[in-house]
Amino acid sequence: MTAMDDGSAVTTFSAEPVNSKENRSLYEARKRIHPKRAEGFYRSLKWVVMAATLGVYYITPWIRWDRGEYAPDQAVLIDLANARFYFFFIEIWPQEFFFVAGLLVMAGIGLFLVTSTVGRAWCGYTCPQTVWVDLFLVVERAVEGDRNARIRLDKEPMSASKFSKRFTKHAIWLLIAVATGGAWIFYFADAPTLAKDLFTLQAPFIAYATVGVLAATTYIFGGLLREQVCTYMCPWPRIQAAMLDENSLTVTYNNWRGEPRSRHAKRVRAEGKLVGDCVDCNACVAVCPMGIDIREGQQLECITCALCIDACNGVMEKIGFEHGLISYATLAEYDTNMRVSGSQRIDVAGDIVWDPASIDPEKVRPQESKLNTEFKHTGLSSFIRPRTLVYIAIWCALGLGLLAALFMRDRLDINVRHDRNPLYVVLSDGAIRNGYEVKILNMKLEPRSFRLSVAGLKGASIWLAGGQDTAGKSLKVDVKPDQLKAMKVFVRAPRSSITAQKQGFQFVVETIGGQENETYEAQFVSPEGVVK
Amino acid sequence: MSSDDHHKKEVDELSGTETTGHEWDGIKELDTPLPRWWVWTFYATIVFAIGYVIYYPAIPMLETSSAGISGITARGELEKTMAAVGAEQAVKLEQLKNTPIEKVAGQEELYRYAVAGGASLYKVYCSQCHGSGAQGAAGYPNLNDDDWIWGGSVEAIYTTIAHGVRNEDDEDARLSEMPAFGRDQILEKDVVRAVAAYVRKLSGQDHDAALAEKGAEPYADNCAACHGEDGKGNRDLGAPNLSDAIWLYGGGRDDIITQINAPRHGVMPPWLQRLGEARVKQLALYVHSLGGGEKTKTASE
Repeated sequence: MTAMDDGSAVTTFSAEPVNSKENRSLYEARKRIHPKRAEGFYRSLKWVVMAATLGVYYITPWIRWDRGEYAPDQAVLIDLANARFYFFFIEIWPQEFFFVAGLLVMAGIGLFLVTSTVGRAWCGYTCPQTVWVDLFLVVERAVEGDRNARIRLDKEPMSASKFSKRFTKHAIWLLIAVATGGAWIFYFADAPTLAKDLFTLQAPFIAYATVGVLAATTYIFGGLLREQVCTYMCPWPRIQAAMLDENSLTVTYNNWRGEPRSRHAKRVRAEGKLVGDCVDCNACVAVCPMGIDIREGQQLECITCALCIDACNGVMEKIGFEHGLISYATLAEYDTNMRVSGSQRIDVAGDIVWDPASIDPEKVRPQESKLNTEFKHTGLSSFIRPRTLVYIAIWCALGLGLLAALFMRDRLDINVRHDRNPLYVVLSDGAIRNGYEVKILNMKLEPRSFRLSVAGLKGASIWLAGGQDTAGKSLKVDVKPDQLKAMKVFVRAPRSSITAQKQGFQFVVETIGGQENETYEAQFVSPEGVVK
Repeated sequence: MSSDDHHKKEVDELSGTETTGHEWDGIKELDTPLPRWWVWTFYATIVFAIGYVIYYPAIPMLETSSAGISGITARGELEKTMAAVGAEQAVKLEQLKNTPIEKVAGQEELYRYAVAGGASLYKVYCSQCHGSGAQGAAGYPNLNDDDWIWGGSVEAIYTTIAHGVRNEDDEDARLSEMPAFGRDQILEKDVVRAVAAYVRKLSGQDHDAALAEKGAEPYADNCAACHGEDGKGNRDLGAPNLSDAIWLYGGGRDDIITQINAPRHGVMPPWLQRLGEARVKQLALYVHSLGGGEKTKTASE
């Protein structure tokens, strides 16, 4: 780190972009990255997002939601044992899982929308990997100091103080990791009960195992592997990059105003040469958690965390230039601005690219210290265009469809399975009896009574197994709240009403009072020879 | 290649890695070392294997394998599991043994256990004759329907299963024998045909009215004692109901004539000795639950 030779307050970092394409060999061992703490708008935004996402993750299972006496009072609960999913006022049975599938489709479309407009914002702000790495970096900085202190510490031989620092850091990391794994399991059981069991060693083994596995992955991914996860393990960057187009925001080094860069701007200018805004202080490299130099252009490693924007804006402020030497910009804007800056397009190995050497600083700043007004800056136009509107439309349509389905769904259902063996039984008076397994699903959180009857089979009577003396036109079934009741049901039809060897009829279940009803198309099977 | 290299291994310029020293048609192979995590995992598996061989039976010998200090064997584990399941079942079976069979239905859990166990016992011991769905076959009664030769209450079914029918192994076996009216020349051929027509009339099937008329008297003389005046049968005697729609050996004219001439008599083995009281109760409750089970008649009825 050296001060600028022209005496300005800007500090220069001897930061090497370890993951820059040129520096990265496939045969090379990993080089540690020591990201420097950044300050600015995007860093603040990231603190807020981090607080919100971590808050949601840790607090959600503790929110209570009164569902009455027949269901758990946890707002968000995945009750695997009873095969129920609770989400505030919504309760989902396994066969209604398509709601979750629908939400996943919406998340997919949402990702298309977000990526096509603001690029890899998921990676940079909300991905758990990013959030937890940020959290682990906070700990690392607090214990070992910022970038330079950490680099020094790395080089030091092991000593008591180095060991205690390392030990403290890893201990806190492990604590966070355990808390992360610990919070996960609360989504699957009553949180207060499980917490008590967990600490008194009463919880089931699977709970501890889950905490252990998630603690290990959190510690390894967030503490040890960090950027390696994004660059080598995650398929997301490849998928997301494929969804970007020339109107998607990416973190861009605006070389139309930065080049030619110089660390000795005053001296060079005094020599009558032209210089751009970039003072080559490497602040953007020093803060990068991915170890790249954004000035080399878009790279797969870039998660668009925008910390280089913050770092650069700070420097621009100090030397009295406008913000935005590094900024969120679209490729379309970049192309326009390159043209405005007088840059020429050249052919490099078959690709037409801009030649930064041909940038004319006179065109960048026609009047001293004021940027050309023809430069384009990101406005709403990159958000509202046909592609994003189509995504928004699909997204809204899906959402409305799911909402409609949610409010119109049945809270009563019936499933019927015909006995396979025997298919029919001839009774002593010549009538035919068929057996069925009938399941009535009471999906409301209150005990309800239903009337189960048979329609479309003349003279038929129905009774529950073992209750032949109650045989009649219908039977009353009590079903517990939020439960399924399975029962063996016999249906008897006199020979006179048999019109086909396989005859369709309906099971009808209705609430007593008759607000809700469901029908099931069933078959009544008779032996050969009954129908003449 | 450095001059002081002992092995004279060539180092690849681009990667800085040694080559294996071989060359095939100008192609050389890098001798890239294995990743350390892989090597350590490999060593760990070796250490694990040593422990495994000591703890578990592992080394094949001539007759059997080495025992291992744990003494664990797959067969031993199975025996333990079976013993544990057996001990669990023993409690329920004892409870079942001590509960009068007509009272079991009142105890929901015990009843469910009995019927479920009966279902699996049925598949092992009964399905060969009565069919996998208990639907029976010619000569083997259907157990789903409401027609019972020896009674359809759960006690009657229990007795039938426990002692069997017409076997020589159990002196309490259900026993009845219908005379061979034709073979033993008790009735003339045409009288047999007339009685058959009358039986078809009793069961409401189409019949030769004049012939049935002639059969009424020989029926009353020879058959009614067991099968009843109206053909309703007599369960105490194991005389089937002739007036219903269910026929063990067929209800056609020829089937009935054949049966009157030389009756077939089904035989069922006794199961009490083999399965014990609790298991037979399970079977009886299962058969009773199939749909045709009748209520136990109490003294007041």
